[in-house]
Amino acid sequence: MAVLAIFALSGIFAAWLAPYDPYRADLEGSLAGPSPQHWLGTDELGRDILSRIIYGARVSMVIGSISVAIGVALGVPVGLFAGYFGGRFDLLSQRVIDVLLGFPSIILAIVLVTVLGVGLVNVMIAVGIVSVPTYARLVRGQVLSLKTQEFVEAARALGAGTPRIVFRHIFPNTLAVLIVQTTLQVASAILSAAALGFLGLGVQQPTAEWGAMLSTARQYIQLAPHTLIFPGLAIMLTVFGFNLLGDGLRDALDPRMKI
Amino acid sequence: MSAYLVKRLLLAVPVLLGVSLVVFTMIRFIPGDPAQLMAGQAATAEVVRQIRESLGLDRPLPIQYAIFIGNLLKGDLGRSLFNSAPVVEELAQRFPRTVRLALASMVVASLIGIPAGILSATRHLSWLDSLVMVIALAGVSMPVFWLGLNLILIFAVRLHWLPAIGHETWRHLILPSVTLGAASAAIIARMTRSSMLEVLRQDYVRTARAKGLAEPSVVRRHALRNALIPVVTVVGLQLGTLLSGAVLTESVFAWPGVGRLLVDAVLARDYPVIQGAVLLISTTFVALNVLVDMVYAALDPRIRYE
Repeated sequence: MAVLAIFALSGIFAAWLAPYDPYRADLEGSLAGPSPQHWLGTDELGRDILSRIIYGARVSMVIGSISVAIGVALGVPVGLFAGYFGGRFDLLSQRVIDVLLGFPSIILAIVLVTVLGVGLVNVMIAVGIVSVPTYARLVRGQVLSLKTQEFVEAARALGAGTPRIVFRHIFPNTLAVLIVQTTLQVASAILSAAALGFLGLGVQQPTAEWGAMLSTARQYIQLAPHTLIFPGLAIMLTVFGFNLLGDGLRDALDPRMKI
Repeated sequence: MSAYLVKRLLLAVPVLLGVSLVVFTMIRFIPGDPAQLMAGQAATAEVVRQIRESLGLDRPLPIQYAIFIGNLLKGDLGRSLFNSAPVVEELAQRFPRTVRLALASMVVASLIGIPAGILSATRHLSWLDSLVMVIALAGVSMPVFWLGLNLILIFAVRLHWLPAIGHETWRHLILPSVTLGAASAAIIARMTRSSMLEVLRQDYVRTARAKGLAEPSVVRRHALRNALIPVVTVVGLQLGTLLSGAVLTESVFAWPGVGRLLVDAVLARDYPVIQGAVLLISTTFVALNVLVDMVYAALDPRIRYE
């Protein structure tokens, strides 16, 4: 939680927290190791790595939240309707999901980036779409078991219409698993975006994005290993935080899943 | 069993058709003339016209798709825009290297993951259990390319123990396979642990203990055999993930496999190669999933009746 709090605060208050302008180059001071002036050293253009990591938290936060929002916005309604109504829509949506799951997720993201082009917005869309099948499957499974339960029958017997049953009675009961999944999905979205950034297919330079920072740092692995270590640590700790939170929430919300 | 087998195989057909449809449509969604995209910017009008004809771009979309599938079945995936080599040949040359890397990573992942999971489950709620689980969570949280670069930094740059790039000898395989296998090792450890914990609670394990069997024998002969059934599935599914995960690892270690080919092709906008590589990786992924289901059904007869 502490890691996540630091991550969130860095993202929100980047402008106040960052000791330097993350884009200000100082070629004379390039690739300098950690020092009292630059705690985490400088990169190949002499930019302060700590400031870039702090601004990078903002980029990761935006990518994590928006791509997850895209996944939820598209996947949850599909899962709700497919599970509740069944029939042709269910059949069709399940086949589409089968096809999407036929691609390994990083490959699907690469296909989408190939079509959409690189850049921050397209990365968020690509990573978001990759998570749609997961949400749709998860919610559909929940709805299938929920719709035969007594409280739904009771609501129907009391004359509640379909929208009311779906949104007021069934949907709130899927929230627990949805929250757990969303937390874990933020972790996976940050990792995927960093991977795309590293491959040169994601957020482009000079934007301070952790994956793109590592992509450049690999060229200086011998000269300046600090440029490699710190952005990677930032990714790992943030993803670790979200995974830990997701696991914790799962244990708290669904004790049967406790391992 | 055979009915289940046929059913599972038949289910894969529409998925593969869907995958081919996505790859087919992909090129048509990119702004611009598909023939020009496939021919490259430097191509002459004559080359563009030839490609337009061979893809049937002046004909209705369903016919174009039929031509695409027809070419695919003949093993014709077009030619690379850069070296004009047939895409199929390029893939055939590189695919065995990716498979070698993925299999080596799977061995690494299983050798680390399964014992770690067993150790964790048999020492449930001890400090050792917590330590293994924290390491496992760190393993899935670590960007694979970052781990690879760190291993290069330590074992190649600093210690000079292992080569950083290349693919000729088994020594070249060590760093990439550890890099690629690490996250899978973590997933396998978590799965083995939870499966072992579940099995250790069963009545037959209690019976084995009650009749006075020593604990190692209970774990090995009674619990482990049953606990490994779901683990086999996870290991199998991981192989699919490893094949696609090779995209990153191959880029870090300059490993000349299909993954690196794909990334280079995307950066260079070499569309025939992108299509071919995506088709190959996805088809293998779907085939592996079918295979895993079959192995699972063979190991656990309950699955077939669901």
